[in-house]
Order: sequence, then C-alpha cells, then structure tokens
Amino acid sequence: MYETIILILDSTVRLSVPLLFACLAGLYSERSGVVDIGLEGKMLGGAFAAGAAAYVTGSAWAGLGAAVIVSIMLALIHGFASITQRGNQVVTGVAINFLAAGLTILLGQAWFKQGGRTPQLEHSARFGEITLPFADSVKDVPYIGLLYSELISGHNILVYLSFLAVPFTWWVIFRTRFGLRLRAVGESPAAVDTAGISVTWLRYRAVIMCGVFTGFAGTYLAIGQSAGFIKDMSAGKGFIALAALIFAKWQPKNAMFACLLFGFLDAVAIRMQGQEIPGIGEVPVQIFQAMPYILTVILLAGFVGRAIPPKASGIPYVKERT
Amino acid sequence: MARGQLPRWVDYVLLPALNLLAAFFVSGLVVVLIGEDPFEAVKWILYGALGYGEGIGYTLFYATNFIFTGLAVAVAFHAGLFNIGGEGQAYIGGLGIALACLALDHIVPWWVTLPFAILGGALFGAAWAFIPAWLQAKRGSHVVITTIMFNYIAANIMVYLLSNVMIPKGSMQPASRNFDVGGQLPWLRTIFPSFDLGQSPVNLALFIALIACVFVWVLIWRTKLGFEMRSLGANPTAAEYAGISPLRITIITMLISGGLAGLMGMNEVMGAQSKLLLDFTAGYGFVGIAVALMGRNHPVGIILASLLFGLLYQGGAELAFEIPSITRDMIVVIQAFVILFAGALEHLFRPAVVAFFNRFVTAKNGQETA
Amino acid sequence: MTERLGQPQAGAAIAQSEIPAIELRGIGKSFGPVVANKDIDLVVGKGSIHGIIGENGAGKSTLMSILYGFYGADTGEIFISGKKAKIPDSKTAIEKGIGMVHQHFMLVDTFSVVENVMLGAEGGALLNKGIAQARKELARLADEYDMRVDPDAIVGELPVGLQQRVEILKALYRGADVLILDEPTGVLTPAEADHLFRILEVLRDQGKTVLLITHKLREIMHITDTVSVMRRGEMVATRKTAQTSMSELAELMVGRSVLLEVDKQPASPGKTLLKVEGLNVVDERGVRRVKDVSLEVKAGEILGVAGVSGNGQSQLLAALSGIIRAHTGQIEIVGHKLDLSDKHGAAVMREYGMSHVPEDRHKMGLINAFPEYENSILGYHGAQKYSKGLTLDIAAIRKEAEERIEKYDIRPPSTELQVAKFSGGNQQKIVLAREIECDPDVLLVGQPTRGVDIGAIEYIHKRIIEMRDAGKAVLLVSVELDEIRSLSDRIIVMFDGEIVGERGPEATETDLGCLMAGVRDGDQPS
Repeated sequence: MYETIILILDSTVRLSVPLLFACLAGLYSERSGVVDIGLEGKMLGGAFAAGAAAYVTGSAWAGLGAAVIVSIMLALIHGFASITQRGNQVVTGVAINFLAAGLTILLGQAWFKQGGRTPQLEHSARFGEITLPFADSVKDVPYIGLLYSELISGHNILVYLSFLAVPFTWWVIFRTRFGLRLRAVGESPAAVDTAGISVTWLRYRAVIMCGVFTGFAGTYLAIGQSAGFIKDMSAGKGFIALAALIFAKWQPKNAMFACLLFGFLDAVAIRMQGQEIPGIGEVPVQIFQAMPYILTVILLAGFVGRAIPPKASGIPYVKERT
Repeated sequence: MARGQLPRWVDYVLLPALNLLAAFFVSGLVVVLIGEDPFEAVKWILYGALGYGEGIGYTLFYATNFIFTGLAVAVAFHAGLFNIGGEGQAYIGGLGIALACLALDHIVPWWVTLPFAILGGALFGAAWAFIPAWLQAKRGSHVVITTIMFNYIAANIMVYLLSNVMIPKGSMQPASRNFDVGGQLPWLRTIFPSFDLGQSPVNLALFIALIACVFVWVLIWRTKLGFEMRSLGANPTAAEYAGISPLRITIITMLISGGLAGLMGMNEVMGAQSKLLLDFTAGYGFVGIAVALMGRNHPVGIILASLLFGLLYQGGAELAFEIPSITRDMIVVIQAFVILFAGALEHLFRPAVVAFFNRFVTAKNGQETA
Repeated sequence: MTERLGQPQAGAAIAQSEIPAIELRGIGKSFGPVVANKDIDLVVGKGSIHGIIGENGAGKSTLMSILYGFYGADTGEIFISGKKAKIPDSKTAIEKGIGMVHQHFMLVDTFSVVENVMLGAEGGALLNKGIAQARKELARLADEYDMRVDPDAIVGELPVGLQQRVEILKALYRGADVLILDEPTGVLTPAEADHLFRILEVLRDQGKTVLLITHKLREIMHITDTVSVMRRGEMVATRKTAQTSMSELAELMVGRSVLLEVDKQPASPGKTLLKVEGLNVVDERGVRRVKDVSLEVKAGEILGVAGVSGNGQSQLLAALSGIIRAHTGQIEIVGHKLDLSDKHGAAVMREYGMSHVPEDRHKMGLINAFPEYENSILGYHGAQKYSKGLTLDIAAIRKEAEERIEKYDIRPPSTELQVAKFSGGNQQKIVLAREIECDPDVLLVGQPTRGVDIGAIEYIHKRIIEMRDAGKAVLLVSVELDEIRSLSDRIIVMFDGEIVGERGPEATETDLGCLMAGVRDGDQPS
C-alpha cells in the first residue's frame, strides 16, 4: 500500500512538471494583463524544437535552447498582435495553438519523415535521471528509504528546475522591480504609464518570460519525459495549466499546489484504468480527467472562493486622458 | 468623407482580401521552407477540391460542418461574446442527435427522425452552452475560459459514454451502434444521381446548414432579438439605455450559439457516419472561429469562408497524397495564419490603406476641400 | 468654515518675485478640428498656490496634461525654473520635478501604499532596499506634512481621501517641486477637503509650488495666492486672489455672451408629471453622487438643471431614466409611483411615458456602427408598429425614418448611412426625433447641443420649446448657462450632488455662476 502511494506520488510529480512550467509561464503573461490561451501551442512548439534540436545536435541542452527560442518566437507573435497591434488576445492565442499544431507535424514530416514525430533520441541526447546522493544506500530503510529514493531522487534536472522555478517566480514577482511593475501593469496600465514606465516594453518582457517557461515545458515533454517529439504531445496540458493558473488565483505558490493536484488527478486516473475499487466498482477515469476543468469552473463561478483575474487582463492599453 | 474613414467596399472586400492574401503568402513561405513549390501545391489543392466530382462533394461536405460552427461563433460575436466552446457544444449536440436516431431509427423513416434529431442536437448543444452563459451573465466568469473548460469536460463525458455506455456488446471501437436507415440522412449522390459526386458523403445536412444561414440572417438583422443582440455587442451602454437586459441577451445568445454548434452532428453523425464516433468533431468547432472571422460574421461571408476552408480541407488531402512531404497539417497552418491575419492582426494593413485613400481622395477633391 | 484661511503670507509674496517655477508661452493644442488650448501664457510663482479655474471643457486639463508630458503641445514653449524644457513624456516631467495628482487616481488598487508610492522609483532592480527607503521616506513625509497613511494598507481598501493622499505622497516621493492637482476635491468630503487644503498650505510653506485645477470658486478664494481663469481654451485673466472677488471670477469664467434669442411664450404649467423626492444615488465606488434631490416638473414647463458637469447631474438623469438604480428616494412619473427596490429598467420608464435624450449621444444615445434607421428605433424597437409577425417590419421602420429625416431636416437624408458618418448636429437630431416622436409625457434632455453647430442649436431649442408648449414636462440638464437661461421656466443649480438653489429664468449669469461654483444662498460672496 505504501509503495503504491509512493508510486502514485512519483508519477504525480512527473505529470505535474509540464503543467507547472506552463502555469508559471502563463502567470508572467497574465499578470501583465496579456491573456494567454496559447500556452498549449507554445509548449508544443517548444517540444518539437527540443526534439528536433536534440536529435540533430545530440545534446539535450541544445534541445532546451532551441525550445526556448521557438517558444519565445511564438510568444513574440502573440506580443506583436496583442500589444503592438492591440488585437484580440484570445484570437491570437487560438491562432498560435493552430500554428504550432500544424507546423510541428508539417515540418516534422518534411525533415524527419516519421509521420510527424522526431526520431527516437539516444539516451545521451535526453535529460537523464539524476540519482541523488545515498539514494541507493538508503533504499531499504523503511518508509524514508523509498520516499527518498523513489519520490525525491531519480528525476531529471528539469523536474528539479520546475520546482525551483516556483520560488524563483515568487521572488521575481514579489521581490524585484520588474515584478512590481509587472503586477502593476496588469492591474492598472495607466498608473504605470503615468509613473513614466513604458507599458509596451514591460508587457513584451512578460510575454518573453512566458515564452522561456513554455520552452521549458515543451522540452520536458519531448526530451525529459519522452525520447522525442510525438505529434500533439501537449494533449491539452496547456489548457490544464491555464486552469491551474486560475485555480491558483495567479499566485506562484498556489500554482505549484494546483499543478500537483491536477498532476495527482492524472496519476490516479492512469492508475485506476481498468481497476475496480472494492464496494464501488470501476470508477470511470474520465471523472479524474475532467476534474481539473470542473474544479476550475466551480472556482470561476465564485461558489468556493473567488478567482479574480488581473483587472486589465485582455484589454489592450490605449493612452487616454482621464 | 471624414479622414480615416473608408468606403464600405474597402472595409468589407479589400481589407479582408489583403488579410487573406497575407495569410496565403506566409503559408506559401512555409511550403518553400519545406522545399516544395507553393504554386504546385496550390494546383493540387485546387484540383483535389474542385477538379472532379468526388472532390467537390467532399469540399461541400466539410463546408457543411464549418457553416454550422462558423454561424455559432458569429451569432455570439454579434452580442460581443466569444464562444470558443463550439467544439464541446458540437460534441454534446452530436450526442443529442445520436439519441434521437437510436431511439427512432427502427420504427420510423428518416424524415420523421429528422425533426427530432435537429431538436436533439440543438437542445443538447444549447444546454452545453447554458452554464458558461449563465456564469458569464450572473457571475461575470469569462465565457472564453469557461467554454474552454467545457470543451474538455464534454470530451471526457463523451469518452466515458462511448466506451462504457453506448458501445455495442462485443465491440472494440468506442462508438455507438450503426443507425438503421431511419436514422440516416440521405446522401446527395442518391438524391441527385445525375450529379457526379463520387463516393463523397455530402448529404442533406448541407441544406439544413443553408437554412440555418437564412435563420441566422433573419434572426440577426430582422428580429427584435437580433437587434438587441447587436446593440449589446456594439455598445453595451447604449443597450442599457435602450432598456435591453444584458443578462437575458447574453444567455439567449449563447443558447442559440450552442444550438447551432450542436447541429454540426447532423452532417457528421446522422449524415456521414450513421453512428456516434469518438472525436467526430475533429477540431471543426475551432475552425468555426476562423470561418466567422473571415466571413465577417455574416451568413453569406460564412458560406464563402466555409467553402474556402472546405476546399482547403479536401484539397489538403489531395496535396498530401501528391506531395507526401506536405502533410494535411498544412491546412491547419493556413488556418492559423487566416485566424492571425483576419482576426488578431485585422488592422495591420488599415493604416496604410487609409493613408493611400486619404492621399487619393485629397488629390481628387483637392480643389473642393481646400 | 473660517474664511480666508489661505491668504498669501508675506513670504510667499516675496518668493513670487523670483524666477517663476513654471512659465508657459504661447501654448496651443488641437485635437483634430477642436482647439483645446489657444495661445496660452501662464506664469506660476515659486512657492505659491496657483489656481486655474474654468468651466468644463475650458481646456484646463489639456493644459496640465501638456505640462505633465501626457500630450505634446502643437505650439509654444515651457520654462521650468527659467530654463526652457521639452516634456515629451511623463517620465521627463517627473525628472523635472513635476508631480501630478490625477482626477481619477493613477493607483494600483491591489497594491499596498508603499508599493504604489515606489512604483517607477524603485531605486534598484531589487525591491528590499527600495521598500526600506520608501518606508523611511513615507514616515518623514508623514511627519513633515501631516500626511499619515499606513504604509502596508491595501490602497483599494482605503477611503478616497486617503487614496488621494497616497497620490500626493507618490509625487513627493519622486521629489516633485511642482504639484498639479486636477479637481482634487471632487471626490472628497468637506472634512477631507479641509485637510487637503491644510496639507497644500504646508507644502507651499515648505517651498513647493502647487497648481490647483478646479471649477469651485470657494476653493480658489480659500486657498490660492494667484488665480488664472480659462474659458473656451483661452487664458482670459490672471489675478491675485486677494485682489479679486467671487463675482468677478464667476463672470470671467462664464463670460458675457448674448442671450440666444428663443421665441418663447410664458409657460402655463399644468399638473405635476414628474416628482422626485429625497433621491440619493451612490456610485460603484461608494461615493454619494446625488444627495437628497427633490424636484417637480409640471406639464408644460421646462425645468433647467444648471451646474458644472460632474456635480451629479449625469447620475440624476441615469437614475430618472431607469439606467441605474437610485439608492433611496422616490420617483413618481405620470402617476406611477416607483418603488426603488424593484429593478425598473429603462424599458419600464419608457412604458410609463418618459423619454430621454442622453448627455452623451456617442456613448449612450446612438450605436455608431448601426445605420440611421436602426438608430431611429433604439429603445422603442419592441413597439408593435415596428413588428410584423416574428420579425421587425423593416419597411415600416425605414418609412418612418424617412419621414423623420424630412421633418427634422436631417442631412444627408439617408436612412442607410452609419450614424457615425453624420455630423454632430444631425446625430443629435436623430436622437431628438426618436425621443420626441414617441410622444412622451416627460422628456429628459441632457446637454442637447453639445458638439452641435449653430444652425442645429436653434432648431433643437425650438423643438424643446414646442414640447413644452404641447404640454409635456421637460427636464433639461445642461452645462451651458445660456441654454439653461434661454429655455428654462425654472432653474435649479446642482453642486456636489445637491440642489443649491432655485431661480427664475431672469437670474443673472453672475448669480447662477456663483451657485454653480458652490456659493449657496445665504453665503456672502466676497
């Protein structure tokens, strides 16, 4: 029983990582007032770039670099359309999702001719699992041994980075000048403007940060969790991340818990597939899979707590006399 | 004419055309990037979609889906709402249609089932839009986010229903049983045998879609309700001044929008497949966004845009067959650029066009205005 | 209230002889065809409180926006402490020691006071040092100027008076030597306003220069050393406050103009059609915008509501027309007593026989993107005569629209043209035609001739008089005194949400001007 719990928690962690990166990515963008439903697409684009670059160069780090660059480029499209051109942010997000969905398969097929996937990667071109010190030696210590060796040790570097990204993001948002301005511009761009700060440049930096983090999310999917890019491998994770962001009320620490919760639901769903619970019978896994969305809707409805987005979200800034 | 204002035809024809051209141009660059000849690609798309009877049939078949989902998005847009949940509403609407067919197909001919199926599709689709609509109207929860969530909830419900409840005993495919003839819409190739439509599944739903276009046109431009919807969308303050209830209109609009999306199943479920299939919506709900943006939310524009996308979908299949390095996903890319240029970047060329017209108009009317 | 609290002190007078803190020469600014500022000269002495007074639309805010770098001026020069300065953006203005307290606060509601104060002046890429410094500085400023605010309070939860204090602190924190306050007392209670004035005096005594924009004469007399009057984009006069009087300023502000000739017989009022008692309207920020307003309009009379805009007239109109809910009070229209706990929308009020020409035709009265004929039924689109079965009877609507175009001489005579493409006067005629032709018992009219050409003004005035003569009750809200005086049979003046006086049509401009500036009956104009 204990082992089962550890295994479920272990896969919870693994499944939470891409959500967490994407969720934090969205946090930067939405905190600045740019609504981002294109997380999914940026993550997918990043995943493809990571898979392709890691295959070509044989280096996982090159894969990460390529993913970040591609995700930033997609983020800049979003930025240009929604900040400079003051277009509809939702429409742009939809376009970016389509663009990534189509382009990754199209280019994948043209370049690698494997039906849209990138070639299977060698072990050396992936982020391998890191065994923390003493993980093997404490393995047999009751309870703690398994906890340490399975749950805490034995993940690739991106997993640890994703959890480090939480305090990092918290620090950036709440302890730096950039963060202060970022939060301000999402609530009241006019206040930022009259304080002599460029709203445009600030929002561009926010969407670039969003690109960086979705790049990490994509990299994890393609060369952390898997051994290459598979078409549509983001499979709605960008939207779950968006749900998690709302669920977390745009707070970094909450984002981590929301992503862990949603990851846990996913892990349970996988575990429960085809299994019967004594006395209840088979529980449909779809309940667990739909749960993140249902929970988010309930929260949005304001029945339990209230998720209030940054006040200026989705509204392009137009300088106006007041 | 005031500065900065353009003649109607520029707004309704020239600018959309420029946006579309830009989308095609960038798509062409993608083809070049792959190392193929874009003109060759266009040739195959056109041949595949229009070059022979079956191609035309498929083009019309896809267009039928897009008309429904495009209308759904457009109706919501008119009231200032962004219904991004057409996919889920179409999916659940398909369930309504399938239930009508499953209940009636053994007992009555198809034309008796038809009204029940339409009702089922519209009701189920509308019901799926109701909660987001209510949350938007009452609680201010943004309809964009809630409809996205509802797409995924719908997908999970349908997976469960199809693989656990509706699946016939012994079957491995998560789908309902096949409908009997009483639950099948006649295909056009059997109604009009003289037309060569090959084996294409284009069916009676095409006409239902066209009727829906007329319905939407009448609703939007010829009824009190449509007037109130457009007023709310164009100027919410003026709408309140005019005594229009935002709450009521928001909910009714979303119900109509969801109902229209729900009817997409008439084409796929009752028309082409004769059963309820997993993922039969295949992203058509999202294509509706592109269709509505391009068609400027007008039924005629939506028909034209649907035909264009139908053409791309069908031609894209041919293209993938003839030039294997360009997969069918090329159409998804084109779609993305259409949404980007016709939607988010819709004003990209406007300043240039305005500048051009101002110079032109000033030059022409120089003496009069000076 | 102590009169003359803010008389210039000896020190201030000496300071003014030095190089001026701000000097503007020949500033001009147009927005398209609208001239907002015309060849403006202004000299503001160092260490003084300089008031700028004028009616709405006189160009005060534009001028200050230019000084704060929000707009670039088309012509003219700015000198700061004698040195010529270019102010392309707010950042430069801040660097040059200019701070601004906007009418609508530029604060981040979810931020704490400290965070708001330091935004844009964080003093480094990391916040910790800046926060410590800001706290220290806030404490110092609090002592020095008697402006205590809890640095950790969330700004959105503070009362407006304290929010404004945060705005002032923000400017001081950035080292502002010149502080511009745009209508600062509009949102304040009298006690808060008094405190603000004390703060301003302390600031002046510490050598800061204060530019106070207001339309309230009392404040000007109360606190300023010098006052400049603006009217229609021009600077018409500058006076030492001690050497002028409220009546002189009121006259300068309103200007002497020929009363528009309106052919009008004396009114013969009938029974009361609109009766309002103890009406209170509270806005979403919790500010009481209409305070205990009671009024009556009889059949066959025009009641004019005068006042500088922003004194609750808009909220009064919105509440009467059913667009917003009043907080307390009673409205009785044509015998229908309205229980304010019900939600009576605009549609219900129309049913009871009220029609409404709104103050802002673009925001409210018209839908710019719609063609003329659709706008001609807005609000009445549910009427039986416009429907045919389940659909609208477009032919009937068009026909009626054409008749109105002819009757009201709307040009161009097109039912199909988007209303955005009509001129202001013709747009207003479209609204007026719609609201008159529905044959209401009570007509609410807000700013009927704003942005309307002379020819149309006369026409619109004539129509309003005709309505009166046809036995309708007309409530006319306008910031144009001429209009109020030439059309009204009775005039009430609103100031700060209250009715401060009632006059007959023979009231003088100066008299009304004083009321509009908040000088009540019984107060001695000095």
